[in-house]
Amino acid sequence: METQDLTKVVLLACGSFNPVTNMHLRMFELARDHLQDTGRYKVVAGIISPVGDGYKKQGLIEACHRVEMSRLATDNSDWISVDPWESLQPEWVETAKVVRHHYGELVAAEKNSDEVDTVKYAKKRRRKENSFGGKDDPQLMLLCGADVLESFGVPDLWKQEDMTEIVGRYGMVCITRSGNDPHKFIHQSDMLWKHRRNIHLVHEWVTNDISATHVRRALRRGQSVRYLLPDPVVRYIQEHNLYSAESEKKYAGVVLAPLQRNAASSSS
Amino acid sequence: MATCRVPLFLLACGSFNPITNQHMRLFELARDHMHSTGRYQVVGGIVSPVSDGYGKQSLVLAEHRIAMAKLAIKSSNWLTVDEWESQQPDWMETVVTMRCGTLSSRPPHHHVPPLPSGPAPQLKLLCGADFLDTFKVPGLWKDKHVEEVAGRFGLVCVSRGGLQPERAMHESDTLSRHQQNIFLVREWVRNETSATEVRRAVRRGLSVKYLIPDSVIEYIKEHNLYTEDSERKNKGTVLRPLTKQAKSFND
Repeated sequence: METQDLTKVVLLACGSFNPVTNMHLRMFELARDHLQDTGRYKVVAGIISPVGDGYKKQGLIEACHRVEMSRLATDNSDWISVDPWESLQPEWVETAKVVRHHYGELVAAEKNSDEVDTVKYAKKRRRKENSFGGKDDPQLMLLCGADVLESFGVPDLWKQEDMTEIVGRYGMVCITRSGNDPHKFIHQSDMLWKHRRNIHLVHEWVTNDISATHVRRALRRGQSVRYLLPDPVVRYIQEHNLYSAESEKKYAGVVLAPLQRNAASSSS
Repeated sequence: MATCRVPLFLLACGSFNPITNQHMRLFELARDHMHSTGRYQVVGGIVSPVSDGYGKQSLVLAEHRIAMAKLAIKSSNWLTVDEWESQQPDWMETVVTMRCGTLSSRPPHHHVPPLPSGPAPQLKLLCGADFLDTFKVPGLWKDKHVEEVAGRFGLVCVSRGGLQPERAMHESDTLSRHQQNIFLVREWVRNETSATEVRRAVRRGLSVKYLIPDSVIEYIKEHNLYTEDSERKNKGTVLRPLTKQAKSFND
């Protein structure tokens, strides 16, 4: 199979990453293996996009730390990196907007490399399709756990048009494990069912349930989190004394930004 | 009266074929647990890979398993790898490794300040909950050995998944008798990483990054370990403990 026939994919993972764990990193590896195994895709990059402080989730520590920890975690990865764009925005940004932003960046980068290629590889450029969404355009897919897919059902958490845009125009890769039933969830939603071919379900046979919540709990109790997170991240947490009973209380009682925003607009 | 903590070494015997992050988690969880009892000070953790004589299917050469274990514990300041068991000509019963291994013949890597009035260091066997179930397998353990491991030394057993170590304890008279010496540690994070799964993934060319240390991944690649052939090694062979102990079962 020629590399030219494969669709290039970039995986984008949005989330708190509070902190980043080996489970998050495994998601990327599982997703890449799965997509490339279909014989249709080549995964060229992975992006971690930590949410901004404006999200106001309880226990969310400052974005600068979360971004830095994600950087330390991906330092030795040759394809996964961190993009702080989302975390630098003053207000919380809808996931669909983050996806749109990164897709824009991706297309711009492709264009720039095309211009360079034109000079060197004129023949190759002539073969390329110019229409948007052609096979040669890279695809950006949202990478997440099945819990995110199922969160589509939570009232006011997502805007209908955003969900449609993410699965319709871009695509999702969902890592699932025993206990989830993503097929059923997709089946029960007309919108998801319509775009089912854009939703790639990856079953994680070896359950690796390292939740950041559990990690924060262990840290509060002075217990070891080694081998649950990359060593540099463990060291960073120790050096900066992150995650205490205090930090866990942050934003307690505050309404989550998406709920606040969507409830406000639906009542106006 | 201030209680003096007992200096404690944790010994994990196993195939380590290969060593995984989950193996190293066992040590961390066990250490935290034993510290929290207020009675122990964990001073060292020992990884003791089984010898090739064990005859388990898919067991790659001890030299590789030792090398990988050493790479894995490099970043740890309290774990060490003990080659003694793997160097013995025949498979060694766990209890013999506990008796003759580490503490008696080799000095611990971490100097334990000698307290004339302090308690002597202890050695306990660190294992997963599945290990307790092996005591039931006919011919795998000699009764007197189970008695010695549980009674004289003690066990620190980390539970995972759906296994219930309490049940294994309850169903064994020997283990029940020594329940004061058996410490059950609950692993709340459901982590099913097993060496079997890692080997499977490697065979299929799938990523095992973040399941085992990068240095071990490199080693596996360099030496081309874990293929369909390596998985078939020892197929059909009877596990050494079963043949060794069958002969002298009436001892």
